[in-house]
Amino acid sequence: AAAMSVNADLRRERAAATFQPELLTHILDGGPERTRRRKEIEALVLNDPDFQHEDLNFLSRSQRYEQAIRKSSLMVMKLREYGIADPEEIYWFKSFVHRGRPEPLDLHLGMFLPTLLTQATPEQQDRFFMPAWNLEIIGTYAQTEMGHGTHLRGLETTATYDPSTQEFILNSPTVTSIKWWPGGLGKTSNHAIVLAQLYTQGECKGLHAFIVPIRQLGTHEPLPGITVGDIGPKFGYDEMDNGYLKMDNFRIPRENMLMKYAQVEPDGTYVKPVSDKLTYGTMVFIRSLIVGDSARSLSRACTIAIRYSAVRHQSELKPGEPEPQILDYQTQQYKLFPLLATAYAFHFVGAYIKDTYHRISGDISTGDLSELPELHALTAGLKAFTSWTANAGIEECRMACGGHGYSRCSGIPDIYVTFTPSCTYEGENTVMMLQTARFLMKSYSQVTSGQQVTGMVSYLNDLSRQRIQPQHVAARAVTVRINDPSSLVEAYKSRAARLVESAAKNLQAELNHRKSKEDAWNRTSVDLVRASEAHCHYVIVKLFTAKLAEVSDAAVHAVLTDLCLLYALFGITRNAGDFLQAGILTSAQITQVNQRVKELLAVIRPNAVALVDSFDFHDVHLGSVLGRYDGNVYENMFEWAKKSPLNKTQVHESFHKHLKPMQAKL
Amino acid sequence: SVNPDLASERQTASFSVEKLTALLDGGTEQTRIRRAVVEAIESDPVFSRENQYFQTQNERYEAAVRKAVHLQKKMHEMGWTENGPEYKYIYRALSGDVAFLLHRVFMRSISVLGSDKQIAQWIPLATQHKLIGSYAQTELGHGTYLQGLETTAVFDTATQEFILNTPKISAMKWWPGDMGRSATHTVVFAQLYIHGKCYGIHPFIVQIRSLQDHSLCPGVIAGDIGPKMSFEHIDNGYLLLKNVRIPRENMLSKFCEVRPDGTYVRQGSQKINYFTMTTVRISLISDEVLTPLMKACTIAIRYSVVRRQSKLKPGEQEAKILDYQTQQEKLLPQLAAAYAFHFINDYLQELFNRGYREIQRKNFDMLPELHALSSGFKAVITQHCTAGVEICLRACGGHGYSLLSGLPSLYTKILASCIYEGENTILLLQTARFLIKCFMAADAGQPVPPSVTYLAAVKHGKCPAKNKLDFLSPDIYTEAYQHVAVRLTSSTAAKLQDLIQSGVKKHDAWNQCTVQLVQAAKVSKIYLLI
Repeated sequence: AAAMSVNADLRRERAAATFQPELLTHILDGGPERTRRRKEIEALVLNDPDFQHEDLNFLSRSQRYEQAIRKSSLMVMKLREYGIADPEEIYWFKSFVHRGRPEPLDLHLGMFLPTLLTQATPEQQDRFFMPAWNLEIIGTYAQTEMGHGTHLRGLETTATYDPSTQEFILNSPTVTSIKWWPGGLGKTSNHAIVLAQLYTQGECKGLHAFIVPIRQLGTHEPLPGITVGDIGPKFGYDEMDNGYLKMDNFRIPRENMLMKYAQVEPDGTYVKPVSDKLTYGTMVFIRSLIVGDSARSLSRACTIAIRYSAVRHQSELKPGEPEPQILDYQTQQYKLFPLLATAYAFHFVGAYIKDTYHRISGDISTGDLSELPELHALTAGLKAFTSWTANAGIEECRMACGGHGYSRCSGIPDIYVTFTPSCTYEGENTVMMLQTARFLMKSYSQVTSGQQVTGMVSYLNDLSRQRIQPQHVAARAVTVRINDPSSLVEAYKSRAARLVESAAKNLQAELNHRKSKEDAWNRTSVDLVRASEAHCHYVIVKLFTAKLAEVSDAAVHAVLTDLCLLYALFGITRNAGDFLQAGILTSAQITQVNQRVKELLAVIRPNAVALVDSFDFHDVHLGSVLGRYDGNVYENMFEWAKKSPLNKTQVHESFHKHLKPMQAKL
Repeated sequence: SVNPDLASERQTASFSVEKLTALLDGGTEQTRIRRAVVEAIESDPVFSRENQYFQTQNERYEAAVRKAVHLQKKMHEMGWTENGPEYKYIYRALSGDVAFLLHRVFMRSISVLGSDKQIAQWIPLATQHKLIGSYAQTELGHGTYLQGLETTAVFDTATQEFILNTPKISAMKWWPGDMGRSATHTVVFAQLYIHGKCYGIHPFIVQIRSLQDHSLCPGVIAGDIGPKMSFEHIDNGYLLLKNVRIPRENMLSKFCEVRPDGTYVRQGSQKINYFTMTTVRISLISDEVLTPLMKACTIAIRYSVVRRQSKLKPGEQEAKILDYQTQQEKLLPQLAAAYAFHFINDYLQELFNRGYREIQRKNFDMLPELHALSSGFKAVITQHCTAGVEICLRACGGHGYSLLSGLPSLYTKILASCIYEGENTILLLQTARFLIKCFMAADAGQPVPPSVTYLAAVKHGKCPAKNKLDFLSPDIYTEAYQHVAVRLTSSTAAKLQDLIQSGVKKHDAWNQCTVQLVQAAKVSKIYLLI
């Protein structure tokens, strides 16, 4: 399409904003310098003709895979050519090249190489790292099997040590033990880090990691004893060759077990690792990425839905007046603005986890791991909380775009199908919530046995004090100030404390009735998940509120405060029963909260477009006709549709093959 | 052989599955007919869906056309007719994976909106598939809000023709199924102009493709709108009209006619026409909404007894994931909802059949209530079922994400039902308008329609339940739901009145209460459902 000017509605919206979007962008990026650098990298990629291609919506899966591989290979070369080495900058580069989509080398770059660095011995690094760095070796990380995912102990692949040849014999003893899902495994990789149950001297020593060559270097043909391929089409991830791997008496040298920590000596003697806490670090890091991804995916969906709602006019609000922007309808605001507030909340949570991780991982190298268990427990829950919320939120954004949201040109279907597996991978969400719950229950029992707990769960300490003063909670009800974020943090804190306590009591009641601990846990698990959710919700409100204090620009501070209040109050309306039941808020206060939420919608309305502009997604990266920066939606939908595969010929071949013969016969 | 984990589940069931199936089907004879249709379709290789997940959009479309053509033959062979008892099971057996569904809507709109002469002229051609029809209502710029449609049909007395135009880009017809590639004709909804005066939206039969070589007719630009979240087999299309002339006789004229001199005549009541739109909302529930949720529950629950993960008790075998409380909390409410919606759907079908009989006797009293019920239930059921299918999908963990689980395609298809035939939020607001009106009437002591008489019976009592078993008593929980339904309606009505009395304009007051109104409308339907 010819260059078009920006849609008048969007121009008006931008002119009416009360703050400067760039200042907010700087806060999201972590400073103006980071913003500048991000845009520099963005321009580097988006202006590079090598990374241009046809709209992926019109390509077959095989073509999409091929495009992705082509771009990934170029990407690796160019990253080195430009000397981009900072992990965040690599992330940006990759995300612009692949426009937020997965790519076949993800597991090589994100798992294979880092695992070599952290778990390989110096000798192994000498053998594997440079070839892998130069992509002679392309690896993946084969953990999940057909029969087991999050429950790692259940994995069935075996690696049996044979001292006579000093080799491990790898086997997939059952159908369910076939490795299933690893990205890049189907067609791309020639090596895999395989997680298998180690057997030596007749004993099972649990899961260990092994470097397994799976394809012949040069010909790329599968090696004898290896059955490997693509697992077939999925909801999304078209460009990823998620694969299967079956091993039949496949032998690898002893030196291919990753032996920086655990070891198997030539005679088969097993040497235990020092600490298993070390593996927590990687998990925390990956979960922090998912929290950030929740924020970004929801931000993209909000950008599309809010811009489109400012451009789309429909029906009438006032008789005789022109059709209003659909963003002026209260119901539309009620769908979108709480999600916008959520996207901001999650951005700040993601940044917090990342910063905390970097601070603690400094401690890991110096040996202080005391904060790790809490962070590990907290990130499990936050990963689940944010990915569930974002998953549902992306769908709400799509629905808010009506019929056009359903077209792939809206971009939201793609965001959704790409994002939704994060509810499952890196730990299934319900299981993650229960991990957090386990930590909460442990902390609770520490408090009841008279110990103090620290960190985000320190509110549990108050719980024991409240028991001595039963009036305390009831007295708190009247003190909640619904226009004061810090007062709302207290309300969420009380709710979390109550739900943790109630889950703990229910768990105890079950234990009193039954013998098995596991059974009691299972019978309380719905309550336990609710307790974890309440804990996470409190943490998010707290972190969002804390962020406000760091914002110096008055206009930005004001608009972020509105969002923070909306986030906290909307959460109360959605969980009103908890706040009422715990006596934190009265019925009259709940009515006020409902009313205040609607007032905040009207307050946020004039800044809505500027608030999504602040996310600063380039149109190419956004990948949406509905969410275009210039708002010229309808013209470009038509341009897009003309390229549909069904439109390649004016008369479709089905006419000659089926319709004409039918009409002739009838 | 059957997986032993599933086999053992079947042995422990406390009721006869066959009897419940018959109850769902509406009798053993219906079950027999349904199974015969399913058997006939599934054993026919042309209808095979085996490789559909591996096919491109082009291949899916071609397969759907092939199936639609083959279906004509099959029906003839099997002796199935459009009025026979087998007909309603065909679509279900095909999982809707067939072209020319809009052809049926084309025919129905001519039957309902056309004069006897028009019916005689077009229906035989359509029945024989000499032409393939579509139904072009939605435009790029407007959907549910029909008055906003911008396509024009200007009457030219000199030539006795209507001149159809797409005056701007947002007026382009967009989304109609079967229109992108297949249709030769379509019913176009356009603003009628006679001598410069606009008479509002009217339906016109427009030929868009040649009956000889399928090329586009002069002045017509049409094509496929591109890939969507699902419905790869359907060629949803766009249509742009440039001075396309059609004879005066092509305006469907059962209710309105343009005389040769340009005189506009309205005849009969258009209410029956609105009623047709209302019934479509109800008729889609069974195949498009309930069946997908039932399928999703079937997939997720069966998989949850076959999948074993982690241990509940040390030393024992890994547990079936259905034995985890969290998994039960995800799936069993969806299963219960599927049954609840099935029975409310039976009730609605019956109610609408009765309504249809009344309306044919020119008694339109039930119409506002039926409209409110169809809008409200369509919104509530599609929304719950869509959410339910998504919960089933995610309850299957990673494997649910594979297309081979069947769940992604169920989900992407059912979610369109939240938008087509009326966007849910708008439908709920229509229901709310009816509720508020009835509440005011009840408040003033006037009679109200049967489905809302509870609004007059406001009780202020507290829930009498003393222990958890009391909540199993239908009296207690239905009354609790009734209480919520009345409270939300009455408090919203009060809020509206307060705003208006404080000087807020009526339409502004309405918009300020819409979040509450939507909530009230939802709960009113959930109460009836319970």
